[in-house]
Amino acid sequence: MTKITLVAFDGTRFDIDAVNGSTVMENAIRNSVPGIEAECGGACACATCHVYVDEQWTDTVGSPEPMEEDMLDFAFDVRPTSRLSCQIKVRDELDGLVVHVPERQA
Amino acid sequence: MSTPIETDVVIVGAGPVGLFAVFELGLYDLKCHLIDILDRPGGQCAELYPEKPIYDIPAWPEISGQALVDRLMEQIAPFKPEFHFNRMVSGFRKLENGRFEVETDEGELLHCHAVVIAAGGGSFQPKRPPVPGIEAYEGTSVFYSVRRMEEFRGQDLLIVGGGDSALDWTLNLQPVAKSVTLVHRRPDFRAAPDSVNKMFAMREEGKITFQVGQVSGLKGEGGQLTAATVKGPDGEIDLACTRMLPFFGLTMKLGPIADWGLNQHENLLTVDTEKFETSIPGVFAIGDINWYPGKLKLILSGFHEAALMTQAVARIAHPDQKMVFQYTTSSTSLQKKLGVQ
Repeated sequence: MTKITLVAFDGTRFDIDAVNGSTVMENAIRNSVPGIEAECGGACACATCHVYVDEQWTDTVGSPEPMEEDMLDFAFDVRPTSRLSCQIKVRDELDGLVVHVPERQA
Repeated sequence: MSTPIETDVVIVGAGPVGLFAVFELGLYDLKCHLIDILDRPGGQCAELYPEKPIYDIPAWPEISGQALVDRLMEQIAPFKPEFHFNRMVSGFRKLENGRFEVETDEGELLHCHAVVIAAGGGSFQPKRPPVPGIEAYEGTSVFYSVRRMEEFRGQDLLIVGGGDSALDWTLNLQPVAKSVTLVHRRPDFRAAPDSVNKMFAMREEGKITFQVGQVSGLKGEGGQLTAATVKGPDGEIDLACTRMLPFFGLTMKLGPIADWGLNQHENLLTVDTEKFETSIPGVFAIGDINWYPGKLKLILSGFHEAALMTQAVARIAHPDQKMVFQYTTSSTSLQKKLGVQ
């Protein structure tokens, strides 16, 4: 189990024990984190699971692949730390990861 | 108002489940008309993930969204379904003779024994950027599609996005508009490389402006846009414009069906699990749009729901006929309908 934290837009923290190999989006949905819609179900096809990776974690998490970068065009208020949470797979190095949910998805 | 089209069943939504319903209904000689807001069949499979593999279609270890749609179209071809694309259902009422009237937003009327709602996540509609106050400009200065290019003649146009729609309209409206500014959050585009090259060439010639950034606010009065505030790498700037065209793809909304008076459960239509009928007899809901205890949003569940719904619709359409359950493998009459006999 890897500990990850999602911070909702209103500041509520969701501390989640995530299984390695699962995506951050799946954990958000399973724990009903508000603001993560995941309309397409994790196919990297909708940009409604947009999150901001906490600045301390951006290097470890890494940057988006070109397909995800294209999909981020559909998100709003995209920042340098923006990722789609369906494309972040939980792994040992991400223990303690913090991501922030934007005000709205679409 | 046109002369009503008389048919057996109107299916709202031409995604995989709506398409397979044509097959099941066809086996019982029920003719179908399908209405969909997209310009082609397939729904989410075609719009969201045409090239992505699906692994849980029985007997298909792996099949892409588009391949599934193509196979379904092939499978239902013998039943000659009629499609009404680029349409949204706008009206619905029960007629005195017990049939239903369905109206599209283009004014077509269809009369049928039963209505099957297979609308998935709802109808695809353009995404509205979360720019404060944008609603006040919609329909007067902000448009999500181009119906007539003439409406943009002589305007200072701001086009937002990095896909084919944004690039195509930048190229096509440039000769018509007074000025065109393209705004995109990064200098890379997902649009066809040829369009991107043409756009950069136009910028070289000084015909258009390209600005990296994201729209954060609008300025104007009484629905008349005068400028958009764009947050770019060097901070916020105001770009003068009189019309804005944002192209941020599509999202799904239940749409006018929400006002039909059908019982709902968290924006989904409540149905029984014998007939998949809604709270209005004769109106059915199958696939992702429905809800019942234990519901799973799986394509295969939608296929099952289509088969059971058909039994109920056949009883409505042919009340005097005895229902005979047959297998396609052995029934010569079914095989004749499929054109394999």
